[in-house]
Amino acid sequence: MRELSLNVMDVAQNSVRAEAGLVSITVLESDEKDLLSITISDDGKGMTEEQVSQVCDPFFTTRTTRKVGLGVPLFKLSAEQTGGSFSIVSAVGEGTTTKASYVKSHVDMTPLGDINSTVEILIRCNPDIDFVFTHTTDTASFTLDTRELREVLGEVSLDNPDVIEWIHGYLTEQSQIIYGGAN
Amino acid sequence: MKSLAELQAIRDKARAGINLRKENPNAARVLVGMATCGIAAGARPVLNAFTEEIAKRGLTEDIVVTQTGCIGICQYEPVVEIEIPGEEKVTYVKMTPEKAVKVVNDHLVNRNVVTEYTIGANT
Repeated sequence: MRELSLNVMDVAQNSVRAEAGLVSITVLESDEKDLLSITISDDGKGMTEEQVSQVCDPFFTTRTTRKVGLGVPLFKLSAEQTGGSFSIVSAVGEGTTTKASYVKSHVDMTPLGDINSTVEILIRCNPDIDFVFTHTTDTASFTLDTRELREVLGEVSLDNPDVIEWIHGYLTEQSQIIYGGAN
Repeated sequence: MKSLAELQAIRDKARAGINLRKENPNAARVLVGMATCGIAAGARPVLNAFTEEIAKRGLTEDIVVTQTGCIGICQYEPVVEIEIPGEEKVTYVKMTPEKAVKVVNDHLVNRNVVTEYTIGANT
């Protein structure tokens, strides 16, 4: 994966397949702490302890549990190759939280990439699921919560093209603010 | 700044045509493979190209773009399947944003399959 945002899109699919109603994606970037962390948390059906222990092993892939494969191992590798850490916490019936932490300045750091595009596609392709995206830098932070949008939109779907355009505009504006206008 | 008031305006505008969108049984479907293999091969810009081109042509009521999983031909990713009701499914392989625009124009609009991009022409 050339961008961490692609890993996020990939791993968030697991939440979708786990029949989550709410998926939270939290990105924290700090130059001061030389840290980037990505947390993907869902309220889906969760995994057993045994499944959690297998999910990081690319060779334990089975076709019946489509949760396993290269997605999680690649995400884990991306974090660990920077001297960071990776964890998955899951409970059956409660959901799963996947967290990857990176040492930002490490030579093997993969760029975050276009995380807004990932969020946009996730919302557009899964209009019945709620997403809470929070992006924080040393300067500022913003949150996009589709539950708030839904309150305003009523029965109008989140994948309405005008809504998607609004989301696109909102994410673009807010990222400019948290990056201090530099990007 | 994007405001929730703008969103309200979008809602009011959308309410008029909403049934059309939900209940269009003749809508064509564009399925973009977005499993690990597809994403790594560049499926995201392909999906974006499809949605942008379809929005640009005002065809969002007639064509639904959606993502699908891995269909087992990872070496040909990004893979895109086109389903038009009443027609045979067409599978395009090794897609790019440029090819996506051509598929919208030739296949989805003018109903001419872009044979050179299909899996049949690439195996």
